[in-house]
Amino acid sequence: MNLRQTPSQTVGPYFAYALTAEQYGYPLTSIAGGTLVTGDVEGERIRIEGRVFDGEGKPVDDAMIEIWQADAKGRYAHPADPRGSNTAFKGFGRMGTGTDRENRFIFDTVKPGSVDGRQAPHINVIVTMRGLLVHAFTRIYFSDEATANARDPVLSSVPAERRATLIAERKETPTGIVYRFDIHMQGPNETVFFDA
Amino acid sequence: MTLMTMRPRDWTSHPRYIEPSYRSTVLRGPTKPLIPLKHTLSELTGPVFGHDSVGPLDADLTRNGRRNGEPLGERIIVTGRVLDENGRPVPNTLIEVWQANAAGRYIHKVDQHDAPIDPNFFGGGRCMTDATGTYRFYTIKPGAYPWGNHANAWRPNHIHFSLLGPTFVTRLVTQMYFPGDPLLDLDPIYLSLPTGVRERLVSRFSIDVTEFGFALGYVFDIVLRGASQTPMEA
Repeated sequence: MNLRQTPSQTVGPYFAYALTAEQYGYPLTSIAGGTLVTGDVEGERIRIEGRVFDGEGKPVDDAMIEIWQADAKGRYAHPADPRGSNTAFKGFGRMGTGTDRENRFIFDTVKPGSVDGRQAPHINVIVTMRGLLVHAFTRIYFSDEATANARDPVLSSVPAERRATLIAERKETPTGIVYRFDIHMQGPNETVFFDA
Repeated sequence: MTLMTMRPRDWTSHPRYIEPSYRSTVLRGPTKPLIPLKHTLSELTGPVFGHDSVGPLDADLTRNGRRNGEPLGERIIVTGRVLDENGRPVPNTLIEVWQANAAGRYIHKVDQHDAPIDPNFFGGGRCMTDATGTYRFYTIKPGAYPWGNHANAWRPNHIHFSLLGPTFVTRLVTQMYFPGDPLLDLDPIYLSLPTGVRERLVSRFSIDVTEFGFALGYVFDIVLRGASQTPMEA
């Protein structure tokens, strides 16, 4: 049997009370939020933060960002991972940009390991918002992984002049390690989005 | 080990990013061509949610927001199957839903439409598919509401759906509409899809699903991306 895919439609402006209820203070539990780490998870604690900008360079205050990542050893919490699913670290985060004063999304997580030895450490990202009829896929790579990034098959498939849009800048701050990853929907620095 | 790769996004089944009649797309949709990405373990895995992520009232929006009585409006049942493109059921998968109340007002703080909030209706919930891919939830039929896209613009009655599916690339965010709604022909979001495709988003009234003396039944089947025949070396 060959069925046709159900079409995508925009998430619209009013998703917060259902998809990110706890973050926005609505009375419904959330399946995921901005904190991926729990106390005993192995790996380097990092924070990933950034904003989403529209074609006029204005920060978007009603976007939702979802991330999916491997643990510090590069294992996904999923039965298809051939090395066996990890259990302590779930690897999924979800945050809206409407609660922070600067409209940042903020994820507290661990730095992922390489998933297969070929790919550089990365985090998979879904971007969705009002005005986006189909969600967009992108990836976060890390600025301190220059050697691995140079060999990464996905980064290599991106035109060289656009690769920087996928690389989060590492900064050591008094409160910990912060990677900055801004998402530009349009403009000269338009983020690379994938047909994944 | 080999993993099945997933079939590509079928771009004949999805809207384009920039659709000028839906004004917000103009500054928010990507303008550069998407870069093709060969699926790796990153795309062929995804978050797993079990039945424990759904609370006892989550699938009954007629009850999960009650304070001092029953919500107002027409009670309905929405049910259907989640299948993949190969016709296989997608079992134990999470569906999140949200919608306006019967008067066309969302509980969301940003919604300023001058229609009453129903103190007994929240409008958000979730459910899981069973082993056959079937899901079912109770709710109140959502009302239409005006929006600022163009002069006298009104959204047709709709329920938002969010599915993760079995892998990261099966993610689907969509909206379910109701049969016979005259606003469909005027709605740029619905019309962002071509004829022959958009109709997949319109639920079907079913007297068989309808519960005697209680609620009308609507059926909405969902098709997610399925595995392709080409395995990937892992």
